[in-house]
Amino acid sequence: MAVTMNEDLRRERASASFNPELLTHILDGSPENTRRRREIENLILNDPDFKHEDLNFLTRSQRYEVAVRKSATLVKKIREFGISDPDEIMWFKKLHMINFVEPVGLNFSMFISTLLNQGTTAQNEKWLLPAQGLQIIGTYAQTELGHGTHLRGLETTATYDPETQEFVLNSPTVTSIKWWPGGLGKTSNHAIVLAQLYTQGKCYGLHAFIVPIREIGTHKPLPGITVGDIGPKFGYDEMDNGYLKMDHYRIPRENMLMKHAQVKPDGTYVKPVSNKLTYGTMVFIRSFLVGEAARSLAKACTIAIRYSAVRHQSEIKPGEPEPQILDFQTQQYKLFPLLATAYAFHFVGAYMKETYHRINEDIGQGDLSELPELHALTAGLKAFTSWTTNAAIEACRMACGGHGYSHCSGLPNIYVTFTPTCTFEGENTVMMLQTARFLMKSYDQVHSGKLVCGMVSYLNDLPSQRIQPQQVAVWPTVVDINSPHSLTEAYRLRAARLVEIAAKNLQTEVSHRKSKEVAWNLTSVDLVRASEAHCHYVTVKLFSEQLLKIQDKPTQAVLRNLCLLYSLYGISQKAGDFLQENILTDSQITQVHQRIKELLTVIRPDAVTLVDAFDFQDVSLGSVLGRYDGNVYENLFEWAKNSPLNKDEVHESFYKHLKPLQSKL
Amino acid sequence: MPALGPRSPGRSRMERHVHRAPSVCLAGPGTITVQELPVKVKAPQGRAAWLAQSPREGSCPGLWHTSRRRGARKKQTCARPSRSGWCVTAAQAAVLPNARPKPRPQKSRRSCREKRQIPARMDSPARVSMGDAWSWQVHPDMESERRQPSFDVERLTNILDGGAENTALRRKVESVIHSDPVFSLKDNYFMSQNERYEAGVKKKFHLHMIAQRLGWSEHSREFRYAFRALTGDLALGLHHIFLKSLQSLGSEEQIAKWAPLCNEFRIIATYAQTELGHGTYLQGLETEATYDADTQEFVMHSPTLTATKWWPGDLGRSATHALVLAQLICSGARQGMHAFIVPIRSLQDHTLLPGVTAGDIGPKMDFEYTDNGFLQLDHVRIPRENMLSRFAQVLPDGTYIKLGTAQSNYLSMVVVRVSLLLDEINPLLEKACIIAIRYSVIRRQSRLRPSDPEAKVLDYQTQQHKLFPQLATAYAFHFMGTSLQEFFEESYSAILDRDFSLLPELHALSSGLKAMVSEFCTQGAELCRRACGGHGYSKLSGLPSLVSRVTASCTYEGENTVLYLQVARFLVKSYLQAQASPGSTSKTSLPQSVAYLTAPDLAKCPARRAADFLHPELYTRAWAHVAVRLIKDSAHHLQTRLQSGADEHEAWNQTTVIHLQAAKAHCYYITVKGFAEALQKLDHEPAIQQALQRLCDLFALHGILSTAGDFLQDGFLSGAQVDMVRSAYLDLLFLIRKDAISLTDAFDFTDQCLNSALGCYDGNVYERLFYWAQKSPTNTQGNPAYQKYLRPLLQSWRSKL
Repeated sequence: MAVTMNEDLRRERASASFNPELLTHILDGSPENTRRRREIENLILNDPDFKHEDLNFLTRSQRYEVAVRKSATLVKKIREFGISDPDEIMWFKKLHMINFVEPVGLNFSMFISTLLNQGTTAQNEKWLLPAQGLQIIGTYAQTELGHGTHLRGLETTATYDPETQEFVLNSPTVTSIKWWPGGLGKTSNHAIVLAQLYTQGKCYGLHAFIVPIREIGTHKPLPGITVGDIGPKFGYDEMDNGYLKMDHYRIPRENMLMKHAQVKPDGTYVKPVSNKLTYGTMVFIRSFLVGEAARSLAKACTIAIRYSAVRHQSEIKPGEPEPQILDFQTQQYKLFPLLATAYAFHFVGAYMKETYHRINEDIGQGDLSELPELHALTAGLKAFTSWTTNAAIEACRMACGGHGYSHCSGLPNIYVTFTPTCTFEGENTVMMLQTARFLMKSYDQVHSGKLVCGMVSYLNDLPSQRIQPQQVAVWPTVVDINSPHSLTEAYRLRAARLVEIAAKNLQTEVSHRKSKEVAWNLTSVDLVRASEAHCHYVTVKLFSEQLLKIQDKPTQAVLRNLCLLYSLYGISQKAGDFLQENILTDSQITQVHQRIKELLTVIRPDAVTLVDAFDFQDVSLGSVLGRYDGNVYENLFEWAKNSPLNKDEVHESFYKHLKPLQSKL
Repeated sequence: MPALGPRSPGRSRMERHVHRAPSVCLAGPGTITVQELPVKVKAPQGRAAWLAQSPREGSCPGLWHTSRRRGARKKQTCARPSRSGWCVTAAQAAVLPNARPKPRPQKSRRSCREKRQIPARMDSPARVSMGDAWSWQVHPDMESERRQPSFDVERLTNILDGGAENTALRRKVESVIHSDPVFSLKDNYFMSQNERYEAGVKKKFHLHMIAQRLGWSEHSREFRYAFRALTGDLALGLHHIFLKSLQSLGSEEQIAKWAPLCNEFRIIATYAQTELGHGTYLQGLETEATYDADTQEFVMHSPTLTATKWWPGDLGRSATHALVLAQLICSGARQGMHAFIVPIRSLQDHTLLPGVTAGDIGPKMDFEYTDNGFLQLDHVRIPRENMLSRFAQVLPDGTYIKLGTAQSNYLSMVVVRVSLLLDEINPLLEKACIIAIRYSVIRRQSRLRPSDPEAKVLDYQTQQHKLFPQLATAYAFHFMGTSLQEFFEESYSAILDRDFSLLPELHALSSGLKAMVSEFCTQGAELCRRACGGHGYSKLSGLPSLVSRVTASCTYEGENTVLYLQVARFLVKSYLQAQASPGSTSKTSLPQSVAYLTAPDLAKCPARRAADFLHPELYTRAWAHVAVRLIKDSAHHLQTRLQSGADEHEAWNQTTVIHLQAAKAHCYYITVKGFAEALQKLDHEPAIQQALQRLCDLFALHGILSTAGDFLQDGFLSGAQVDMVRSAYLDLLFLIRKDAISLTDAFDFTDQCLNSALGCYDGNVYERLFYWAQKSPTNTQGNPAYQKYLRPLLQSWRSKL
């Protein structure tokens, strides 16, 4: 069948003011990256071994099975194609797994990386190769039924028995059952278990242990191990998130990961040199999550904007043909700020990855000085971007009206796959408060006369500090709402003020004879607000700085408009802060509202091309509404015919229930 | 009251709760039988108890597993003196040592004593559910929350139900529903779309048999309560919408002909409006009904692919008839949307009739029990009498006669929107609040002070800040919905008599509130879900289903943006009307809900202290001020565009963002005002009034803080006053904290109805989660993926370990 492109989309693409290919290069990092990514994608698309069936019509058990099959093929193919760069493996998986949810994924992302970070050379020799070859399948078991983000509260114990030189792992309570680890329910035969270490009668806190959980050969749980799947979830159908209960289960001493801390055969505990090092992994994962937030939102925007260009509805002027819904101001107002946000988060993600690599080199040379700030910053940014993205994907879905509710749109799937990001790898509120703790520390530092550096250096300029009088001039008197730089300053001011307010409220609570912790709790809503303002500032700053790096003028112009929209939209949403702190005047806020509407009109002709530049293949969007060719309705109808309920013309429940109902009543 | 048996309002919550427990034990399949107990008690304890399981049995503590399975068949139950109950608990404690490490407070010994009365109370509806042995005891962390309620929870429940007799009736219906295994919701989370659909049909059928036996009529309160108890998990929901539309749009003869057929389920009907290409915009629908005067028939036809009816519930597999909305064409003229009854499936063998193509539209986020469907009509002929003709008629010769206003077709949508608020949408938020708040007093995490035990997460200010505004919103909507219902009933009979004077206001109110309630409930339910951390992501928490169900309400029955803009049109019109005739007459002629447009306004808020913001009078006026300012603004923007020569429609489109803002502020104002007024009527219940007043204050102030810019922009509030609002708001969180559990208990949803491992009345969250997870088919059925894919992968390694 000849594929013809929907006429509306053809027109949209023809009217673009810039070349999307150049923007794609910027998003990928370089033209070479784009080329290589597409090469890998084509390998998958052209390979008959990769069947892409529609997961929407499968049961959970079938989806799990498909995911396992794909993982197994993946291992073979990655080897076959000689792909070894982590980024490339990521591209490969993203297209292949679609949801990017795979039961054996934890083996690579957590089991192996923890081994590398915390295992001794001997341990790596023993476990690493088999794990990499998927000869053993490992997972990482940290979260328990009763405890998540608060690590110190975990209850699982590992008690050292010097007589047998074994650790006895035990789950003493219901709440101590390991709960949620991916791949644990059905797939893995080993787990790295985090447990409270007891030796010589003393507790030394959390340590990691390699625990065999299923028998090799039969895959049955080993004696003393209770393991299973935690049941259906909002999404992640393909994943067997599991539970694990251990009943005085013994493992050899060598199974404790001992690169940092050690337990000697006689039970003597040797403590680690520095605990800051574990920050490194967390920073890496969080920077990855920010990138994922950007990608998920970019997918949602692609679907919603393409569909809005294809769908016609209602009338703007009576008698004229129905307009594309993308021509309605309200629809633009729903979608374009989100599109701008997707771009903003992309640049934040790229920055974080870069910073991580840079700092990792420093760490390699023993310089840990930047780690605390980076750790604090990534915590907040992970929370900030995932909260925003969560709401934004849902807004994209709703912008597609009723069809957004159908799985054919692909949007419910993107949403349920993304939303756990708000809780995993650190619950968002807790993350925000971690950032706040760093902000408060920095504030105190400035207060006691020391300057701070990095992203928080604005605290040096707070009027109440005035350590260096000449810096007062830094506070702009007039914000130019058409200048990204000037808007960054406005956000910087807001962050500074909200940090100061939180700090002062905290001091007030402390001075009311309350303990520090109670005072902290009674200020926590303010503290979260301060962290959000800080992260918002960082995002605006990174976006506006990105503009300077772009050579191509049309591309720069279109990104500049998105940057302005992102910044101004944020101001309009938080107008109260900017007014209350006298950063902007009443009439400026009115202008901001007005300017936003102008920008909507300016961006409108480029909207479809801006989502094209994200360069998602149809198969990875998984959406009938977001198809590149825009042939939405025909394919929607075809898709529905595959529904299991349509297998026979008269459903069996007619004979079982409806017919009797009609005759008996 | 006598009919209720054991329940008397004077008894404490705790007592009732304990007494109600065993009835489910009796009825539910999860019963633990007495015979089994000695065996189990003798079972090896501790580690051995775990090891005693044969590996085939899987990993679960077999005590529960086995007993539940067998219990389903056995009649003799544990509803014996409490000793057996303790036995089970003891055995369980052995299986799961130290589930609750803290010493049990004194109180629980009392409840233990009370359990001995259990057999006498078996007829009361169950609060603690599922027949799980552990749920005979309330978790101490939950119990402490209920120990000293600041108001009588039962009386608040009565207020919410609209009287104690309603509460009694509701519980009676619930006991009927919950004692019937057909209605069990337990396996919902494990079923496929097909299974859910079949169960939905089965339940619907069963419910009607019961209704017939007990004499519940279709519109009775009993039916409404049954629907609530079943969480609406029934197929053929559109049957009801069809009936409502028939009664709104049909002539008396038509009602007389079709209503009995419907009521007796001789036909199964649905309401087919939305098309593949068109939703809320009615005029855009493409389905045609062309009158053929020769045969006195309408020819129903879908001229394009996009004209395919898409989404109607029950259409995919169940319905025999559809009320089809179509463009009426008679004598060559297009007369707009009208409703036609179209037979689509054979009443004999249920096959599709000639010219009809129909089926299911495939998987959705939720509503799996409903077969949302598609329908294509290929020149299907129906008799002239099948056009609903209360407001318009086609005479045999093809003459078109109009009997109502253009808006009369909207009437059935108004009817549906009003009933949705209280019967469908708001209860979903109420349930989400119950689950999240109950879980938040059981979940302990981190320490507030280094010396203390880990704190309940509800004691964290950030958690309160997430949840209490949602709780306040649920209460606000309850009272607002009730008053809308009253207004609706007042105006509905007038409209049926073709007096349309109140219709514009009714339409605006119902549209605006539908949009606001669905928007806030969706956001609120999702916030509640995320406030439960990881466990909120498990379907067993009940929250994903609530979220994915409530979110549909943002688009069905009118897409929210479109609805808000309809309100905005009404507001602009009212505003211009008030401007045109500024005399005293205009005040009387303005509809009541917008009368405030002409009321005297303050330029600045007079508050001087945080406490001033706790006066409903003050914050209601603040909301009125902002709403009026935004309405004025939006009208002026529109006028300016028009004066600068813009086309009327273009001008409207270019100002819709501000219209939206104005409509939202108006709806918020209406709700704050409605909530505050409803509470004034509770003078005779000072304790309840006080607790609810805090929620009302919180609702109003939370709204101000969320849109502080609107209040600051024209100087109505000063920066200092916004600080006062913030501090008043934070103080309220603290005050509401102690009432939180009572306020959620008052909604009085049974555990069966909540169907949540996190939200049960007794607070035994972790035990239930662990137990429920083991029932998942992923644990009870084999693992084919291992045999097919994992084993080959792992084999090469076997020898080396």
